[in-house]
Amino acid sequence: MTDNPSRKAVALISGGLDSLLAVKVMQEQGIYVEGINFYTGFCVEGHTHAIRKKDKQKPKRNNALWSAEQLGIKLHIIDIIEEYKDIVFNPKYGYGANLNPCLDCKIFMVKKAREWMEANDFDFIITGEVVGQRPKSQRKDTMPVVQKDSGIDDLLLRPLCAKNLPPTQPETQGWVDREKLFDFSGRNRKPQIALAKKFGFEDFAQPAGGCCFLTDEKYSVKLSDLWKSRGEKTYEIDDIMLLKVGRHIRPADHFKIIIAREEGEAKYLQGYKKQYDSLKTTSHSGPLALIDGTLTDEELKLAASIVARYSKGRTEPQVSLDFQTKSGEVSSINVSPLPADEIKPEWIL
Amino acid sequence: MIELDCRRLLCPMPVIRVQDEVAKLENGDTLTAVCTDPGVLNDIPAWCRINGHEMLSTEEVDDEYRITIKVVKDGA
Repeated sequence: MTDNPSRKAVALISGGLDSLLAVKVMQEQGIYVEGINFYTGFCVEGHTHAIRKKDKQKPKRNNALWSAEQLGIKLHIIDIIEEYKDIVFNPKYGYGANLNPCLDCKIFMVKKAREWMEANDFDFIITGEVVGQRPKSQRKDTMPVVQKDSGIDDLLLRPLCAKNLPPTQPETQGWVDREKLFDFSGRNRKPQIALAKKFGFEDFAQPAGGCCFLTDEKYSVKLSDLWKSRGEKTYEIDDIMLLKVGRHIRPADHFKIIIAREEGEAKYLQGYKKQYDSLKTTSHSGPLALIDGTLTDEELKLAASIVARYSKGRTEPQVSLDFQTKSGEVSSINVSPLPADEIKPEWIL
Repeated sequence: MIELDCRRLLCPMPVIRVQDEVAKLENGDTLTAVCTDPGVLNDIPAWCRINGHEMLSTEEVDDEYRITIKVVKDGA
């Protein structure tokens, strides 16, 4: 028996299958649900598809919006880029395998959802978390930490694994029927797939490597390099977007070259020519490259010879390039492309 | 008619900008978002469907997308 004629829940919607199912389970019990999706700047969704030409034929959709539409719920997408920096710089519970502060991230998002819940007169929060599914934030010993540190306590319900956890207020108060909740655990996805089938969901998102660039080893290496080169942990949104694009080559501590790998990336980097000096081959077709840092004339020649290496003139004795400053002054440079074996492996991020 | 510059922003930022601008507008107002990320062709209409706003038009000119919507507020 439930007593929920007017109970309202706010759901953390990632766009993945688990949050989709968690909401549906609540709707089946007559709970009114609205969704929140937080945008940190590190979300994998959409960006690389938008940038890379080879991905342009793939269907583009925001999976959080898609989930909300399947469920018939309102979705509030909230920009937390600035506030999130402190989580990335100083995670109380540390990083995971890469620069992913998963436990601090979950605490922060639940805390923000709690604030939204209180401001909008909702009753409780739901998530699609499954105990044992993630090595840091979804463990039996860390899930209570999320409740405590976010201040939500027992107003956080995880419908997919609730039967493995102590009863929450929505259950003890009879807002939802605990017997109709689930006991999923671990990384096995079969129970979720079966439940999705039962509810008639098809074509749902199942990101293989999570939904956050901070879980990606290569991306984390580039972010660490950015911090090291600046002497402090800092970033702006353009920095973290550029880490997703191109080859990043750092021949010296004080400068880095970002070389487009294909047309879509070149077009994207074009938009940054007023913020960065750039190099572009003129005698042969070749990539656009941005230069992050201030270079001596010798270093500029080195940078140009590296960019020439990635042009169609890589085997020619001389390649010409235009060097354009961020203020728009253009000068021509002629260089020999750097032989492949002179590009040191440690330069490549 | 309000024009919102979302050029160079990648999804979901254009959607967030539209969402935040619409929150300040009245029922019946129209808003045009000018975007460069083709992802908006799916995302802004999806956001409108979810939140009950009306899509008026989509135009593509020189790699820019002009998406015009009409604000529909609850209770109007």
